[in-house]
Amino acid sequence: MGAGAVGTSVVDLAAEYGHTVTAFADSRSAAVAADGIDAAAATDRKEQDGVVGDADPDDALAGDYDVLVEATPTTLGDAQPGFGHVERALERDRHVVLANKGPVAERYGDVRALEQASAGDVRFEATVGGAMPVLSTIEDFGPDKITAVRGVLNGTANFILSRMAAEGLGYEHVLAEAQDLGVAEADPTFDVEGTDAALKCVIVANVLSGGDEEYALDDATVDGISDLPGSALDLANEDGRTIRLIGEVADGAVRVGPRLVPKHGALAVSGTRNIVQLETSHAGQLNVSGRGAGGPETATAVLADVDRLAD
Amino acid sequence: MSDVTEEVRAYTVRLELVDRPGELLRALEPIADNGGNLLSIFHERGNVTPRGHIPVEVDLEATPGRFDDIVDALRDEGINVIQAGAEHYGEELTVVLIGHLVDTNLSDTLTRVERSSGASIRDLSMSVPQGKDDKSSARVRLATQRGETDSAIEIIHEIAEEKNLRVVEPLTAGDAP
Repeated sequence: MGAGAVGTSVVDLAAEYGHTVTAFADSRSAAVAADGIDAAAATDRKEQDGVVGDADPDDALAGDYDVLVEATPTTLGDAQPGFGHVERALERDRHVVLANKGPVAERYGDVRALEQASAGDVRFEATVGGAMPVLSTIEDFGPDKITAVRGVLNGTANFILSRMAAEGLGYEHVLAEAQDLGVAEADPTFDVEGTDAALKCVIVANVLSGGDEEYALDDATVDGISDLPGSALDLANEDGRTIRLIGEVADGAVRVGPRLVPKHGALAVSGTRNIVQLETSHAGQLNVSGRGAGGPETATAVLADVDRLAD
Repeated sequence: MSDVTEEVRAYTVRLELVDRPGELLRALEPIADNGGNLLSIFHERGNVTPRGHIPVEVDLEATPGRFDDIVDALRDEGINVIQAGAEHYGEELTVVLIGHLVDTNLSDTLTRVERSSGASIRDLSMSVPQGKDDKSSARVRLATQRGETDSAIEIIHEIAEEKNLRVVEPLTAGDAP
């Protein structure tokens, strides 16, 4: 479900991973075929006509499949329609792989309760850090062996801050440049105000707490970068530091905001690159860095989850 | 005991003065007379202790031996010495403040941070933009007493919030490269 950059990439790459796409839907249309849809035709049609096929999205949900990939846009609050898709799949005892952050950030308990009652499982590696294996690493180490997680979880904000620092340019100037390059969306609010990074941190907090405590966006302290003057970055630079939008999950609290970090430290990644630093009980710090967004990048994480379900 | 560590150190003395003319000068004389080097005096005129006295904080430099003489001399003069001793600054903290720093009286902001947190400001670097409406930034390096960094940050946030300033604080735990 979902025919944005991520959904389209999943359809494109599924065959390479040995999977058959039996249905592909956006909010208005669907292509459904039990023996596999024509991926190229559906993505071309989406590009040209804005629809993926002649069927109804509901047909996709009712169709035959093993795993539902939910990649519709992230929504806050009730996390619909994504949550409803998850619900329908689990009620049919199907597996779900999420790229949509909404259901696991805003309604984690509800998702887990549905999963409990279902023979299907829910996985959501792609919701945190795109291609980077963050949640699966936490899962492998054991959530109780991770004491804190922090990092740069939004490529747009990081691009803006690293350009401002490197070129001595103002926020508005760099934002316009980022929009021209397609790094920032026309409405960059979600990225620059820290909401996107906060949702990812909330998901991490939910995984770390193991259900003891449920987190949602409202539980996070969130501060963005939209009113940072270039002079703040200059002053940080003079002192061997820089400013990055850092998300932090520690001591049961979730916090996102601009922070001073050493200029040449691990967390001062540049451009759209992301990094996540895990603080482990017995193995010190572990850094995972890479591309935190993008269609093929996120689809890579989605398909890795699909493979994990097959194991 | 032949303690040869007679190096000059920084001390903070907190005094309570009676509210009458000449009292401050009377308190400072024993310091100068005993070889203390005055660094700063914070005279909080508007604030009065429950006993009607005015609190004064004096930073000075002296050798440990001379410092003891200074405290004795102050007490001989009948001046109420509340606290005397070397501040043990153990940690450093750098923050960037952003906002209308001049309009909101940066010196008042910093003085209050120092007084409320017990931290000492070591360095200040400021950048004021051309346009009047633009926000300025300041980088402030503070020395805090060991273990007090978190509470210092909390106090900075409180004062900044009141003055509508933003605080960019360091990510302490993640500093290891």
